[in-house]
Amino acid sequence: MNKLRGIKLKHRKNTQDSATVDFPLPKKVKIPMSMTMGAPCKPLVKVGDEVKVGQKIGDTDAAFSAPVHSGVSGKVTAITDYRTAMGAVCQAVEIEPDGEQTVSDEVTPPVVTDKEGFIKAVRESGACGLGGAGFPTHIKLNPKTPIDTLIINAAECEPYITADYREMMESPEDIIGGIRLIKSQLGIERAKLAIEANKPEAIKNFTEMAENDDTIDILTLPSTYPQGAEKVIIYNSTGRIVKEGELPSDEGVIVINVSTVSFIYRYMQTGMPLVTRRLTVDGNAVGEPKNVRAVIGSPFRDILEFCKTDIDSVKKLISGGPMMGMSIPDIDMPVVKTSNALLAINRYDERKTSACIRCGRCIRVCPLELMPADIDRAYRIKNIEELKELKVTLCMNCGSCTYVCPANRKLAETNQLAKALIPRK
Amino acid sequence: MNKLIVSPSPHDENYTKTSNIMLNVIIALLPAFIVGCVYFGLRALVLTAVCIGSCIFFEYFSRRIMKRSNTIGDLSAVVTGLILAMNLPVTLPYWIAVIGSFVAIVIVKQLFGGLGQNFANPAITARIVLMVSFPSFMTHWILPNTYDYSADAVSSATPLVLRTMSAEKLADIGQSVPSYLDLFIGKTGGCLGETCALALLIGGLYLAARRIITLAAPISFIGSLFILAWIAGDDPVYQILAGGVFLGAFFMATDYATTPITTRGKIVFGLGCGIITFVIRHFGSYPEGVSFSILLMNVLTPYIEQLTRSKVFGAKEAQRNEG
Repeated sequence: MNKLRGIKLKHRKNTQDSATVDFPLPKKVKIPMSMTMGAPCKPLVKVGDEVKVGQKIGDTDAAFSAPVHSGVSGKVTAITDYRTAMGAVCQAVEIEPDGEQTVSDEVTPPVVTDKEGFIKAVRESGACGLGGAGFPTHIKLNPKTPIDTLIINAAECEPYITADYREMMESPEDIIGGIRLIKSQLGIERAKLAIEANKPEAIKNFTEMAENDDTIDILTLPSTYPQGAEKVIIYNSTGRIVKEGELPSDEGVIVINVSTVSFIYRYMQTGMPLVTRRLTVDGNAVGEPKNVRAVIGSPFRDILEFCKTDIDSVKKLISGGPMMGMSIPDIDMPVVKTSNALLAINRYDERKTSACIRCGRCIRVCPLELMPADIDRAYRIKNIEELKELKVTLCMNCGSCTYVCPANRKLAETNQLAKALIPRK
Repeated sequence: MNKLIVSPSPHDENYTKTSNIMLNVIIALLPAFIVGCVYFGLRALVLTAVCIGSCIFFEYFSRRIMKRSNTIGDLSAVVTGLILAMNLPVTLPYWIAVIGSFVAIVIVKQLFGGLGQNFANPAITARIVLMVSFPSFMTHWILPNTYDYSADAVSSATPLVLRTMSAEKLADIGQSVPSYLDLFIGKTGGCLGETCALALLIGGLYLAARRIITLAAPISFIGSLFILAWIAGDDPVYQILAGGVFLGAFFMATDYATTPITTRGKIVFGLGCGIITFVIRHFGSYPEGVSFSILLMNVLTPYIEQLTRSKVFGAKEAQRNEG
């Protein structure tokens, strides 16, 4: 079967063999009320309240959101306004841990009898896509159209990041258990665990584990970027094309991140909501790159110090991978649900942007066959009709075009700016 | 601690720059250039230096006068100068070469906005301007390995002209139609960089191997010319080896700014070049045809691009604004 094109990047998976270490409790955690896509939550606690591990501290009536829980036991010291890395403003609950880590009475395995109950339990877990996008999982698992295939996204195509890989190496039973659980709860016939070819050990393990289960396929995908992008992984593992304006579920597919799957499995066993996560700490300013499991709300600064980072030399801090991750403006910002990596970079060359030479590299690398060079030209003269015809709204901001541009034009950024010019219907 | 730098993703980049690409083109042109120097002597080297030097000069000063950033560092002016020189007869007076550089850099390139904005290939257009303006200088060819640049030196005809001559005429001027081997290794009269098909092929394949160019346009150019010549009863091998076909196909029909950006567009471009070259050579009174074919296709490039856009993955038909 044909595969969508992609670019070859240096993998830099320096931390793939470093087993996850627990990051010790910080002196203070700061838990933003908006960590997923969708509406921000309202705090359920007041300053001075005692909270326990797993206690729900933020929720909302909006359906498209997920509640927030505390990962520490301790005392709420402040509720402040907080600007997320995306630029949105929400509230944040600051808690001083007491070190006891007393577990809340709320933490009990959910009793699930039907699909509706399962979806409700997933919402209560606070789950969202742990691969970085942060789409609320209970929305994803409750589509309006029938689903026949569940794709588990284990591509992890961004350089550096090994958080999902460590999940696969450390908790394979939870992953298989989670796949079976979701399949049976939602009545999905087939699951495809899609792994990039640069993780041969994981592919081997899972192939053995799923040997006697012919409803779970283990797929090996080429190690090209952006293999893990939703439309790309759907096409490359099923041959289905998610058309403009459609959701994956319109093609009978749900794509879910591998770490999210095993989190849901563990939640159903223990009732412990999403309060910790694994993140890869790497980058050339980091002395000891490693995978850490940190309580959500832990400050990046403490984690970087834990990994022997030369803080003074850090020029750029990236939450996520180098291709799609976000620049962090403040080193004291906290770990959130979607922080799958923290990269501290001590080098930044401001390269000058020069004229487009129309070499066509951006067009050749775009997985969706967009024409960034032409979009760039249409954007500069604000030709909205042309931008519509060039389908700029389909750009998923994978950054491949900017990456290859010899003139150092910020094509992916231009695409996002161009999208904003097109009026929404 | 320094302030953290915030910039949009991606944060990683590869380090191929415009100047790397241009440098590779220069490297790819070197074999043919060296062959030209061997056959046509020291003057080939000097003429090339004049072209490159004046191109850099014009690039620098025209940008300066227009108060734009200095772009000689991207090496594109060097490439233009080198390609222009390779399109000139070795006996050409230097001052004419300087006029050619002026046309290429100032008129064709900078007046249209500089690198990437010009609609026609600078070197090709300069060659055509010189050919129309100074026809006798531009068609004064010398035999390889004679190194006599004087106006009364035994002049050579280009292979395409020799082929049209009768046997008596050939005997009269004491020259013969070159063999395939002579054409392939460039041992024939012609522009200083266009004669050696082998060297140009090596350069073209080098660029393709470095992924600077794709072979879509060269293959469709040379292929369509070959097939058309064959159908028309000409000698197809001779047609593709003689004249500027290889130089045009590998180095000018692959120019980024003036040829279509998509692979389908490049194929159409090459086909058009092949057809026009054939028509000029077969039906026209003019023996060459490569320069004009590329220039004409340059003009058509925006339309070809418009018609050969890639279909975006999963896109639905665009709804045209009927208002």
